[in-house]
Amino acid sequence: MSAFSAIGEEREVDRNEYTPEIEPQPTWCPGCGDFGVLKSLKGALPEVGRTPEETLLVTGIGCSGKLNSYLDSYGFHTIHGRSLPVARAAKLANPDVEVIAAGGDGDGYGIGGNHFMHTARENHDMTYIVFNNEIFGLTKGQTSPTSPKGHKSKTQPHGSAKTPIRPLSLSLTSGASFVARTAAVNPNQAQRILKEAMEHDGFAHIDFLTQCPTWNKDAKQYVPYTDINESEDYDFDPTNRAEAQELMRETEDKLYEGEVLTGVYYRDEERPSYQEEKQQIGEMPDEPLAERYFDDDYEWERSYDRFIDNHK
Amino acid sequence: MSADELIWRIAGGSGDGIASTSQNFAKALMRSGLHVFTHRHYPSRIRGGHTYVEVRASADPVKSRGDGYNFLLALGDSFARNPQEEAYYGNEEAKPLAENLDELREGGVIVYDSGLLDPSEVPNFDERVEENNWHVYDIDLRSLAREQGREVMRNTAGVGVTCAITGIPLEAIEELMRDAMPEKILEPNVEIMETAYDLVHEEYDVDAPDVSVPTGDHDEDQLLMSGSDAIAYGAIDEGCRFIAGYPMTPWTEVFTIMSQNLPELGGISEQVEDEIAAAALAIGASHMGVKAMSGSSGGGFALMGEPLGLAEMTETPLVLIEAMRAGPSTGMPTKPEQADLEHVLYTSQGDSQRVVLAPGTVAEAYEASRRAFQLAYEYQIPTMIIYDQKLSGELTNVPASHFDREPNGDIGMTLTEEELADQPHTADGKFHRFQHDGEDGVSPRSVPGQKGGRFLATGNEHNPAGHIEEDPDNRVAQMNRRQRKLDAIRADLDDDGLLIEYGPEDAEYGILTFGSQQGTVEEAVDRLNENGTSVKALTVAELAPYPVETVRAFLDSVEEALVVEMNASAQFRGLTQKELGTHGELLSSLLKYNGNPFEPAEIVEGFTTKIVDDGELPGNETKFVPAAGD
Repeated sequence: MSAFSAIGEEREVDRNEYTPEIEPQPTWCPGCGDFGVLKSLKGALPEVGRTPEETLLVTGIGCSGKLNSYLDSYGFHTIHGRSLPVARAAKLANPDVEVIAAGGDGDGYGIGGNHFMHTARENHDMTYIVFNNEIFGLTKGQTSPTSPKGHKSKTQPHGSAKTPIRPLSLSLTSGASFVARTAAVNPNQAQRILKEAMEHDGFAHIDFLTQCPTWNKDAKQYVPYTDINESEDYDFDPTNRAEAQELMRETEDKLYEGEVLTGVYYRDEERPSYQEEKQQIGEMPDEPLAERYFDDDYEWERSYDRFIDNHK
Repeated sequence: MSADELIWRIAGGSGDGIASTSQNFAKALMRSGLHVFTHRHYPSRIRGGHTYVEVRASADPVKSRGDGYNFLLALGDSFARNPQEEAYYGNEEAKPLAENLDELREGGVIVYDSGLLDPSEVPNFDERVEENNWHVYDIDLRSLAREQGREVMRNTAGVGVTCAITGIPLEAIEELMRDAMPEKILEPNVEIMETAYDLVHEEYDVDAPDVSVPTGDHDEDQLLMSGSDAIAYGAIDEGCRFIAGYPMTPWTEVFTIMSQNLPELGGISEQVEDEIAAAALAIGASHMGVKAMSGSSGGGFALMGEPLGLAEMTETPLVLIEAMRAGPSTGMPTKPEQADLEHVLYTSQGDSQRVVLAPGTVAEAYEASRRAFQLAYEYQIPTMIIYDQKLSGELTNVPASHFDREPNGDIGMTLTEEELADQPHTADGKFHRFQHDGEDGVSPRSVPGQKGGRFLATGNEHNPAGHIEEDPDNRVAQMNRRQRKLDAIRADLDDDGLLIEYGPEDAEYGILTFGSQQGTVEEAVDRLNENGTSVKALTVAELAPYPVETVRAFLDSVEEALVVEMNASAQFRGLTQKELGTHGELLSSLLKYNGNPFEPAEIVEGFTTKIVDDGELPGNETKFVPAAGD
């Protein structure tokens, strides 16, 4: 038996396998958009053919971080903003495991902004879901990096003077090879995009709009969405960087005013993932590093054999 | 002039090849059978600025830098001349000569490059030479190097001069140069060295050397190693194949050695955006079942407090290195200090537990590194090694056999899929990661990809199955279990010999120290005993869990003890008193925090003044803190 027989196992996966049979059941508020993420993820994973045991879900802190408790797979619930560096290394250590990272807009674009930029730049092969509800939920409704300018909260009582972050443009500019936006109120599209993201070989960033009925009643999550991949009004090529950029600029300008555009904005299938790049330059083993530690026959090299001549 | 040791100081500008030249020189002396020890001093500047390296060589084992030195090779600082009229850092041209005279011993030798250095710029040079009976050789190394190769090769010329004056055979150095240098520059270097050697023989009477080099004879093969080499090799031998880091002096040395070697070993090195990410990556790789490490120096380590706590709560094995330098904040980037002790012991929120090892010598650094991985993976706990800029960069000879050890890829209590399928690991068809409550507090883990082993690792308090839970009984049970690991580790470490007692067992007085001051303290202990004071020393190489019983026994056996450490707030003494809860009235401190490590004589003087004479120190290089009571 291989040390990792869950990996690559070919069998039908039922979405219910991802549901923890015991407590806890989701404790998100009634009407929370996070239910939509959970639902679409449970739908997408079997479609991709990934079992819970070959999947590692790494989350940050906040309502989004609870995803880990409600999706039964291998999981790592880390600390605020740090899901990406943990997930990156996990993928490098065993590229055969499906690695998904998830966090909120505060978690991912605020405290974890630096990691976001660099993970996108390096194009690590993973899926990154950012629950974007334009608010800090679990700390009770403070302004977040995606809250609109002028947004009033207990910590910014005169209204935020800050322009919201532009997640899609930031992602594209940083180097992500797959950039999409979807919304919890459109679970079919969300499931489709999640599937595409997981199948994509590189860093797939999904800005996942999730309504927060408790703290952000007047946010855009309640307006109708247009799917840019389906709508006849949007004729663009998602492999064309300039067109994607233009469309992002437009939608991010008017996100807080009118129409919300969702769909896959950008996809670069040519660019090799970080793992591939690293393998090409000889800085990453061909076989998953993690396997070596379970191989009783592996011969560990001693420092003495290699380096000692330099010191004689 | 003492004939039993040579302490050769090569001084010049940063970027002038001082480090590589001194390393070759030290290696040549080691190969000739001598024990060597280097001490380096450099500014936080890449090109120019006064730097020196001392190479101490003796037939007997040498454990520290000496007191002063007896041979100065002063090269010009080729970056000292500022082309701008208003040089904001002033005229540094004379520094390699002027800055090094205070510590040159009486009867010592000065060789200076008259092509770049002018002794008339050094105040009272001639008077001082006469007063101290120094032997001066002014040789135009620069022109010599220029004529036969390139100006930068004047360091090689200086080595040729050194060999001529001290009687070291040129062949030893040449052999090394042949190993280390590319063909293109080898020949001119050899020629320059030989010309310089001959020149001295022609112009000076060196048949009776002013400073002679002892002859030594090792009983076995020796290797020239730094503390950073030893830590990196220890990690590699323990099967560490993943490192993530961000550059910061002096941690960069370990990071560099690992990064240059891991790819060839099929491992992975990642230079990442910051130290939070670095530690988080190590956690991510370790979670997957790979032996991983990260590290930093004080300022960077400050960022690691957050992931450190995560590793503890999720019980993910993690090894972190903290290479201390003078702080607070960025402090003095290239100067050693031992002031991050409390930082490393107490950083991270909550009742967080970790293991902290503090090797005192290069050889021990290898042990500590191996031990850190063993403990981290056996007990699923963050384990740290603290050392400092001194130990990280100093080179000394270590018997080759010390490194010829069995490698170890064991990742501790990690179950196979067969084991996962069995009770008691699996209850209700689910793996209970944090349930099994062995005496040592360790619960076996699984890694992603294994069938039957799925679980949630979370930084929140969790129940045996890994689910977030705040039930009071569960909280207490989990907390108690995690805390219990420390007792088990303490018992393990007791057998490790990480506490080094030195000197006569029945000594009247004691010196307590930790880390890189070990060798210097031991040398001071020898001298004090030779002078009729009865002293022994204890070096504590495990700081958490603290070896309370051993330290108590040591302190019970002496009348009074001096705690020697390189910081201003007596952190190690504070830790000792906190852990022991007694003996405060017995302990006074000798502290140094000016950026330079102790010299043995300072400890001898400090000990004699404070413990024997109960007086006060004359200078401000070192400082006393009196006994504090309990």
